[in-house]
Amino acid sequence: MYIPEPLRRLWHRLGSPRWFYETSGPWVPWLGAAAALLITVGTVWGLAFAPPDYLQGDSFRIIYIHVPAAYLAQAGYVLMAVCGVVLLVWRMKLADMVMTAIAPVGAAFTFLALATGSIWGKPTWGTYWIWDARITSVLILLFLYLGIIGLRRAIERPEAAGRACAILAIVGVINIPIIKYSVDWWMTLHQPATFSITEAPAMPPIMWVPLLLNVLGFNLLFALSVIQGTRTEVLVRERRTRWVNDLCREGSMTYTGDTEMSLDRQ
Amino acid sequence: MNRAVGRSELPVPEASLWVLFRGQLRRDLKLALRQPAELANPLAFFVVVITLIPLGVSPEPEVLAGMAPGVLWIAALLATLLGLEALFRRDRDDGSLEQMVLRAEPLYLPVLARMMAHWLVTGLPLTLLVPLLGGMLNLPPEARWPMMLGLALGTPILVLLGGVGAALTVGLRTGGVLLALLVLPLFVPVLILGVSAAELAASGLDPAGPLLWLAAGASFALTAVPFAIAAALRIGVEAG
Repeated sequence: MYIPEPLRRLWHRLGSPRWFYETSGPWVPWLGAAAALLITVGTVWGLAFAPPDYLQGDSFRIIYIHVPAAYLAQAGYVLMAVCGVVLLVWRMKLADMVMTAIAPVGAAFTFLALATGSIWGKPTWGTYWIWDARITSVLILLFLYLGIIGLRRAIERPEAAGRACAILAIVGVINIPIIKYSVDWWMTLHQPATFSITEAPAMPPIMWVPLLLNVLGFNLLFALSVIQGTRTEVLVRERRTRWVNDLCREGSMTYTGDTEMSLDRQ
Repeated sequence: MNRAVGRSELPVPEASLWVLFRGQLRRDLKLALRQPAELANPLAFFVVVITLIPLGVSPEPEVLAGMAPGVLWIAALLATLLGLEALFRRDRDDGSLEQMVLRAEPLYLPVLARMMAHWLVTGLPLTLLVPLLGGMLNLPPEARWPMMLGLALGTPILVLLGGVGAALTVGLRTGGVLLALLVLPLFVPVLILGVSAAELAASGLDPAGPLLWLAAGASFALTAVPFAIAAALRIGVEAG
């Protein structure tokens, strides 16, 4: 199979956590600025300037937060499983570190999706919580995330924890569609659709452009959180290596005299 | 049949995969049957949970009849979960798990044998208890067979999925609660399909749909999940 040379080189470089740490550093402020800009514009536009929905009034505006959060909650789990496969097949340490970073971020987005959905449910359905198929499967997704986090916390050796979480994530990701369809089916069996999510069939651009901005912004926010988490994880895992020690020493060089440096080096 | 099966006694030249599988199955069943108390615990738990329902909710026969499929399934789920803790623990404590992992033959077969043995002493008795407990919960007679068939097809899935969790947490001190968090969300589809089969039958409809789905799930789980358990065991042995 033909793989373009730059891609191949990137793949090999990803094997080095140090390369990732050093390369991702300059990206962080730009990502942060872009995410902040997009989310601010999208949210202000969506909450203040987009017209109210003809059916749901102002309560529909929560989609500007809810939709990106819900979509990233699911995408995050799949991404974690992909990292798990990379870790188990290629033994790439960086994949494990990314997986470690995704779990809490994904769980937070899942919680955000549940919370915003429940707040939207109060004016729309008259109650904060109903056992709707979609809500239930997102709740189960939250449990799956918590399981991954719990397993990683419970196993002391990071290498073993990473591979255990990889297996759990892969088993979970195969189960997610099954859970989703079975829950949908359970709903149709138990309750004929009493509530249906009524959305305007075609949104005018003034309503969907801010949504698009927020989806992009949330994507960048997710990427930023994962990259920052991964960078921290790189430093923690590689703390015994020379380059991390050098990095730490650089940070405190201002008050460390040359003599001490030379003593350390010996 | 009386001769003790130790690994050293296997005739080495003929040591085929079938011998490996059969030996493991026989050993696990023998070990399980020698500890009848441990064997009875999940079953007793199952019965006690079922007993609590009329006390806690309502002893009215009509109310119980409506809840019976769900209650039986949830109790079966919890009883399975309770049995999972012991699945690999003893083997790990006496070191035979390490031997199992270190063996040159694929880990798939001994794992499959172990899961089968475990199902024979947990899932199967649960299934066989349904006529009795279903009667006590006023389960409609039409729902009895779909309920039993559902449990017979669903409990292997539960045992196998649970086996992944048990293998991942085998070396951990705080395994129990974590195990519940890991595997219960994965049990959701089985619960839904099993309950709906019984409910469909109770309302006079054909329960074949969910039962066929359960059968499909069981065949898939039987084929694929032992690989995950084997991989998890290798990690679990290392992690401990």
